[in-house]
Amino acid sequence: MPEPDINHTGDPVDAPVPAAAAGTALLDPGEETAAKPRVSRRTQLLVGAPMLVGGLALAGFAATTALLITLAKVLLLVVGLLVAMNGLGRIAEAVRGKSVDIVFVLGMTWLTVLIGLAVLAPLLPLGNHNDATQGLYAPIFAEPELGSEYPLGTNNYGLDMLARAIYGARTSLVVSLFAILIGTTVGGLIGMVAGFLRGATDRVVGILANALLAVPPLVLLIALGTVLSPNLRNLSIALSLLTIPSMVRVARANTITFAQREFVLAAQAIGATRMRLLRKELLPNVVLPVASMGVVMVSMLIVAEASLSYLGLGIRAPEPTWGNMIAEGEGGVMEAHPFIVIVPGLCLFLTVFSFNLLGEKVQKRWDPRSAKL
Amino acid sequence: MTSESKSPILVVENLRTVFHTPRGDVRAVDGVSFELRPGETLGLVGESGSGKSVLGRTVMGLISNDARTTVTGKVTLGGVDVHGVKRAVRRKLWGTEVAMVFQDPMTSLNPVKRIGTHLTETLRFHLRCTRKEAEERAVELLTQVGIPEPKRRMRQYPHEMSGGMRQRVVIAMALACDPRLLIADEPTTALDVTVQKQILDLLGNLTTERDMATVLVSHDLGAVAGRTDRVQVMYAGRTVEQGRTSEVFAAPTHPYTDALLASIPQIENAPHSLLRAIEGNPPDMANPPGGCRFAPRCGYADTTCTSDLPLLQPLAGPGRSVACHHPLLAGAAPVGSEHTHGR
Ligand SMILES: Nc1ncnc2c1ncn2[C@@H]1O[C@H](COP(=O)(O)OP(=O)(O)OP(=O)(O)O)[C@@H](O)[C@H]1O
Ligand SMILES: [Mg+2]
Repeated sequence: MPEPDINHTGDPVDAPVPAAAAGTALLDPGEETAAKPRVSRRTQLLVGAPMLVGGLALAGFAATTALLITLAKVLLLVVGLLVAMNGLGRIAEAVRGKSVDIVFVLGMTWLTVLIGLAVLAPLLPLGNHNDATQGLYAPIFAEPELGSEYPLGTNNYGLDMLARAIYGARTSLVVSLFAILIGTTVGGLIGMVAGFLRGATDRVVGILANALLAVPPLVLLIALGTVLSPNLRNLSIALSLLTIPSMVRVARANTITFAQREFVLAAQAIGATRMRLLRKELLPNVVLPVASMGVVMVSMLIVAEASLSYLGLGIRAPEPTWGNMIAEGEGGVMEAHPFIVIVPGLCLFLTVFSFNLLGEKVQKRWDPRSAKL
Repeated sequence: MTSESKSPILVVENLRTVFHTPRGDVRAVDGVSFELRPGETLGLVGESGSGKSVLGRTVMGLISNDARTTVTGKVTLGGVDVHGVKRAVRRKLWGTEVAMVFQDPMTSLNPVKRIGTHLTETLRFHLRCTRKEAEERAVELLTQVGIPEPKRRMRQYPHEMSGGMRQRVVIAMALACDPRLLIADEPTTALDVTVQKQILDLLGNLTTERDMATVLVSHDLGAVAGRTDRVQVMYAGRTVEQGRTSEVFAAPTHPYTDALLASIPQIENAPHSLLRAIEGNPPDMANPPGGCRFAPRCGYADTTCTSDLPLLQPLAGPGRSVACHHPLLAGAAPVGSEHTHGR
């Protein structure tokens, strides 16, 4: 009893200091720029606009010119894009009145557009993406030209690269999202049960999960690919195997942490059955971290699916996926017609990059450690 | 007292809870017995780590025999041998026969569930009533525990409420299905001093209204003093002294009780007067000292104390007993005069 009272008398003197410190700490993240001398909106706009235009012009020049060697072109392109992005950031800041995470915004825009196109693909007036017979009437290896009938060019069967890229996105996204769905559900449930029951169940699950983790993912996929016929369903299931061990771990660790919280004991003390504890007390708390892990893993699965298709173990040509499109660059094709690889490569890069950004944000938001009780 | 004529709702006989840990066996509760009748309130006091929470949970059956725990002795709750029946049977007692209020209202509510959900889920589970009925009953309960604007509060999440309000919600949940016994495990330790009294008064009123038996666990003797009929002082998993609260507090006979009482701040004390804390730490429960557990910290200890474990001996007064080789009698002086603990 003496201790609380001693603290209490000390309180009025000490309390304001930490409270004030906490206050500024809370404000800080939003006000990052407040520390620097703030640039006025007008200047931001005046600097930003030319940067955006100049950057885009530079990038455009680098992409189309025939004057420079490839390395210099790529360098110029990257510099141009970075400058343009910085300019766009300044403009956005000037318009919104606060700093904007422009990379994130661009990434999300890309994902939205991509998912929209992929979903709507059959309804869009797209070119021929998989009919090689029809392709006989089309030019092969047509260079990309934005205004033309083949904006991103054609491949060696005369199939339209834009249509193929969009249908490729469809496959990639369907397969990875289904795999994540299966992985989070199955892995999450197994992890929760293991973390809740502990004991023998937990040990068995732990051994199985570790065993699955010990097999190199690509080897596992190749092994599965040789046994299973490559269709969307089998690919999703095979890829979900890659995510299950991580999901089990996240779900298990979170379940163990939350199961020790008093609210679980409190629910038990008013008569909840174990099933109810799992469903009503633990599940709502474990869902968020598992789901955020899922978002993080989407990009990994997209890469895995592309790798499989590249190796010819995924969806087979002429059905397009980004992986088998990249594979079409083999045998000297890429040197002669770089766009054959650049188009699907860039799609893959941007998508993976964007999902990573999203995953990072989601995890920061839903991280159980920073979650308020 | 009328309550003494009723048959006991809770009988605890020689209860022992041993945790088998990698460090060795922890005897968290080491032979405790008591009885409780409807309407009676028992105070359970002792320092942190003296086994109060473990005792409360073992009495409820939340802690029971499993791979890492051994419970011996007998707990009879509403006629059911708590540790002698299957888990499913025991579970049926929880919420309806016995309920618990926990120490920290910050962690005893689920952070992702609304206040209303906490209550209606419990009600619907036990009473099998419709959503609407459960909601009406929940509002009623919140009103009973003194929460203003209960309808609005139902939609809030725990983190939107103050500690005191949350503890009221926890109490409402515990009382939802009219249990006959309430175990309140330090219900106010995590709260502000001003809120502590309100919550304790609320608990007192509610349990009197419902003629419930209550176990009030606390390390705060002040909280127990005016609110319990009997008190049981715990040290290292054992009862060291028990009896009517007024009598124990008026004339403590165990040196530990005496020291605990001396460490309560008194309003009439001069400002800045030193409180007497008890020197030393509670013993390691995995490896308790032979003889009296309190001997190493006791100013009265002699060789008997370090070699023989004292058993509870009845004293004058109803249900009064003490486990000490040298119980303090009014005016007795300590053996070792240098480190004085007596008053
Ligand atoms: N599950 C467990 N496994 C091993 N030891 C335990 C376990 N639970 C409690 N103990 C030990 O039992 C002893 C009594 O703990 P208990 O929580 O009952 O103390 P308490 O009197 O309630 O203290 P406080 O006032 O801090 O709540 C402690 O030494 C503790 O370390
Ligand atoms: Mg405790």
